[in-house]
Amino acid sequence: MKSVFVYCEVENQKVAEISQELLSAGKRLAQKLGSPLEAMVFGAGLNNISKQIAPFGVDKIHVVDDTRLEPYTTLPHAAIASDILKREEPQIVLFGATSVGRDLAPRLASELSCGLTADCTILDIGDHYVSKEKKEYKDLLFAIRPAFGGSIMANIINWDMHPQMATVREGVMKKEIFDEKYQTEVISLAADKILNDEDFVVKVLERHIEESDVNLKESPIIVAGGYGVGSKENFDKLYQLADLLGGEVGGSRAAVDAGFIDHDRQIGQTGVTVRPKLYIAAGISGAIQHTAGMQEASLIISINNDPDAPMNKLADYVINGDISDVVPKMIQSYKKNAK
Amino acid sequence: MRPLKIVVLAKQVPDTRNVGTDAMKPDGTVNRGKLPTIYNPDDLHALELALNIKDRVPGTTVTVLTMGPKRAADIIRESYYRGADNGFMISDRRFGGADTLATSYTLAKGIEKLAPYDLILGGRQAIDGDTAQVGPQSAEKLNIPQVTYVEEVMSISDNEIVAKRRLEKGVETVSAPFPCLMTVHDSSPVCRSRQAKRVMQYKYARTQTELKSKSTEEYLRELHTKRPYLTIPEWGVEDIDAEMEKIGLSGSPTKVKSVESIVLTAEETKVLSDSDVDIEMMIKELIENHTIG
Repeated sequence: MKSVFVYCEVENQKVAEISQELLSAGKRLAQKLGSPLEAMVFGAGLNNISKQIAPFGVDKIHVVDDTRLEPYTTLPHAAIASDILKREEPQIVLFGATSVGRDLAPRLASELSCGLTADCTILDIGDHYVSKEKKEYKDLLFAIRPAFGGSIMANIINWDMHPQMATVREGVMKKEIFDEKYQTEVISLAADKILNDEDFVVKVLERHIEESDVNLKESPIIVAGGYGVGSKENFDKLYQLADLLGGEVGGSRAAVDAGFIDHDRQIGQTGVTVRPKLYIAAGISGAIQHTAGMQEASLIISINNDPDAPMNKLADYVINGDISDVVPKMIQSYKKNAK
Repeated sequence: MRPLKIVVLAKQVPDTRNVGTDAMKPDGTVNRGKLPTIYNPDDLHALELALNIKDRVPGTTVTVLTMGPKRAADIIRESYYRGADNGFMISDRRFGGADTLATSYTLAKGIEKLAPYDLILGGRQAIDGDTAQVGPQSAEKLNIPQVTYVEEVMSISDNEIVAKRRLEKGVETVSAPFPCLMTVHDSSPVCRSRQAKRVMQYKYARTQTELKSKSTEEYLRELHTKRPYLTIPEWGVEDIDAEMEKIGLSGSPTKVKSVESIVLTAEETKVLSDSDVDIEMMIKELIENHTIG
């Protein structure tokens, strides 16, 4: 049976959060297919890395441990992944839609001449009938993502050029341990057998990685603003409300593009996916591209002066009005009523 | 330092960032014909980076390559107005329906026609798909190294370029040998504006197809015989030696099985006015059910 593969990102001997989420998503696909789940991980000092990976229900782990593989550079990682995938011929390969995954996956897809779908929000398995060939293809990957500026959901498939590859943003898939004691097989490969000097022509000279102090994913309350907020100054009111409620401020893509708020606070398909207790959408119309990243919030308040905004259909409370008016009233009312 | 030959990949895209209600069909899908077309924003950053290198390294040439329908010639004219030296178009109905794999194959065939080159630049991603795939895929097709998410070029020498990359969680400085391909992040400087002199010089630039069009006035055709540099070369399938099975729909592994406009609805929606009373009622409910503390 053809397997499901996950490319695992690792830094300082730790498997990235996104890769753990992908292993969980990969396991669910593998179970639907009745096929094994395999992982590939390349980096430095990976002696015990399988302990972090196996519990997600991984049947086989392909490890390449070499100091030259960390930090990540495109060519050696692509050369090793391509070597493994050409030999193993998996059915599905998943990557994080991260700085690394979005650099690596397309290079590999080109080399393997296969299909790649970016930023999927749903992954599933299903059949497809190709009328031209009068043939039904069973058990294909359904790579589902918002398209055309987020107005529709598109189901992207690929039936003739395998493997089927997809990238997924962090936070979209739920991470779940499958079995703490899952038995896995570790296959160690020697980098030297695959790589040559030409794979190392791009050199990392300097690197500054900062952990962002914005933690939208973990925040129970999010006050998010859209283009309708109108200005950076109006966003200050959202910050006041968020501070008061003990929440974080996020923004739609339109608000980020307009310069009202920083990139690292973008919520939606091409930003962060959040599942807060309370989501206050201020001046956000509610394109699928945005709602894909927040629709699982427990409670949604939509403040908008357009009564027909799609966000209103999703909301538990709709307030028809202007941000500059409604938000200060909410602040005032909270101060008055909170114990 | 020796002059460089730079190729900028630029795409004309529908302006999906401003989808007005008139562009929405009743079924919730976008009527692409109703959307205005623009120069893909990230590609303008790539053009600026190229022009910046041209400023720093005398004799450097900047050639813009675009692939798209006939109206994409606007991209070449716009590039001329802002400072590009040359422009080429890949345009043929048979390229239609291409996904990123078929697109990168086609672009790579076009780039090979422009060889030798030192540096290929493109935007990180196009706003109509946001995939960020065509850059890395083109680099692979050309068998050259790639450097993605470039924010700034730190230094250039005869054999090597040093660039700062903007990552999700930080920055990284890398060196790469020529030739290589870089994708440019939108945190890099915005593109310089049009220059009046260049607009005067290039506003009559046309492709052969545009020249042949009935609506084109005769004096324009005469002008093009006198100033051949105004004619934008247009390449079809045969011009770039593309294999039919690798282009368009047949060269595209990914297919759209179905699209649907999803309307999500809450179970019960309370619609309130912006009055103090309504807002206070909501806040009280939220405090009572411990949604907010």
